[in-house]
Amino acid sequence: MIKIENLVKTYGDIRAVDNISFEVKEGEIVGFLGPNGAGKSTTMNMLTGYLSSTSGTATIDGINILENPLEAKKRIGFLPEQPPLYLDMTVEEYLNFIYDLKGCKLNRRKHLLEICEVVRITEVYKRLIRNLSKGYKQRVGIAQALVGNPKVIIFDEPTVGLDPKQIVEIRNLIRTLGKNHTVILSTHILPEVSAICERIVVINKGKLIANEKTEEISRVVEGFRRLCVKIVGPKEEILDTLKKKEGISYCECLGAREADSNAYLIESDPGVDIRRPLFFALAEHGWPMIGEETMSTNLEDVFLALLDKNDERKKKRGVVKSNIIAR
Amino acid sequence: MSAIYKREMQAYFTSPIGFIFIAIFFLANGALFSYLTLQAGSTSDISSYFLTLLFLFIILIPLLTMKLFAEERKQKTEQLLLTAPISLTDMVGAKFFAAYTMFAGTFLAATVCNLIPYMIYCEDINLATILGNIVGILLIGGAFVAIGMFISALTENQFVAAIMTIAVIAALLFISFANSYIGSAPVRVVLSWISIFSRFYDFTYGILNIASLLYYASIMFVFIFLTVRVYENRRWN
Repeated sequence: MIKIENLVKTYGDIRAVDNISFEVKEGEIVGFLGPNGAGKSTTMNMLTGYLSSTSGTATIDGINILENPLEAKKRIGFLPEQPPLYLDMTVEEYLNFIYDLKGCKLNRRKHLLEICEVVRITEVYKRLIRNLSKGYKQRVGIAQALVGNPKVIIFDEPTVGLDPKQIVEIRNLIRTLGKNHTVILSTHILPEVSAICERIVVINKGKLIANEKTEEISRVVEGFRRLCVKIVGPKEEILDTLKKKEGISYCECLGAREADSNAYLIESDPGVDIRRPLFFALAEHGWPMIGEETMSTNLEDVFLALLDKNDERKKKRGVVKSNIIAR
Repeated sequence: MSAIYKREMQAYFTSPIGFIFIAIFFLANGALFSYLTLQAGSTSDISSYFLTLLFLFIILIPLLTMKLFAEERKQKTEQLLLTAPISLTDMVGAKFFAAYTMFAGTFLAATVCNLIPYMIYCEDINLATILGNIVGILLIGGAFVAIGMFISALTENQFVAAIMTIAVIAALLFISFANSYIGSAPVRVVLSWISIFSRFYDFTYGILNIASLLYYASIMFVFIFLTVRVYENRRWN
């Protein structure tokens, strides 16, 4: 349904999107994951014809977006990062405008009311968009993308700025949409994609670093456990012991913490739960462990885990350390 | 195209801008007309009114054009238009025609209001002059609207767009006055070509000069085309 081949976008010397290729099949929900500034929005903007690619092609349903933009755009519903709403219109006027803009042929009243039901904005149908809450505005933005029943729906960070309840609602909505549409959504929140998407495309600094099934990514990430442990005792000796300990793939001292303890970053080998052996090893030496925290899997971990697969791990080590210290 | 046209027309009246435009237009227009024709006594030359009206456009046209694209860009709604299945030419054309409808509609309505007392009170009415002036104003207004629209596409700040448009329209109108003070012949020729004002005189005599007509029409087309290019270019950069 969607095919991206060797897509490149350069702004002067900066390669915002660097040779990205992937495919999305009909009816799939694909998550587009990457930190802020990774090139997600740029890629989506190229896919929707808002920007032109420097090189490479993007095709929707077999139609090249640059060669035949009008036909390709008819097949896309797009919610940009900031919902493109005319604040001086009511929801009704706005959706009717979109209906005309897209040149829809469906039964106008029925179609628009259906969409309002699905995204649950029926109760604000007659209200001015300016006066709606952020959550409702976002939903009107989603409704806009659904007008004309496009085959492909593209959401750029659909849950940003919403409260937790609204996030859950929007996620459920996207899951529902996935039954009848091909959906791409971008996000920088890992749980979001793993909750909704069947497949995840990960990009970082404009480059594609993974394109796999969600379970595959989860497995990679979960096998990669990282602990932050506070231990009282002589730093060098502790480090020495930890490094020799079986099951620990990496450890380093993050510096002094409360009282006489130091914090240590410990990474276990994939699939090993190091917490119990670690406790006994420290107890043996009489070094009290006064704190232990499992570092949450964030995007950096995903990147690290994925990069690890490509044996590029050491290059990234410094980044992780600074991240942990920042917390 | 009609969707954007409708939306633009509606937008003029959901904000005060359309009402402000019409109010100022009618007020200034009425005052000018009564002062320059009805109360001017023996000189019933209606052309002086139309000529003065042009200077009103320095302030009035930017009111219509300043937000056309600047506002879309600021509110990020242009992303909607640019990812919708419509061509850039349709998008720009629809906006131009909306602004032009506002301009031409208000002008024609105001003119009708003026001409009724004029027809009643003045005796030697030259219909050709009146029609010539009306056609001239409609053309020159179209050129100004296109220029204002182009400027609006260059910035995301309505205020900047308005100031720039005021400056450009004023410059175009005043060039013809500066021209008589310039010694160098080549410069004078170039300036008189740019001067939007000098080409208007034919219309004030009731002459429909094809060259002038084409001149104004081409200004309109050039600036509509340039606006399309601005968007085309932004997509690539």
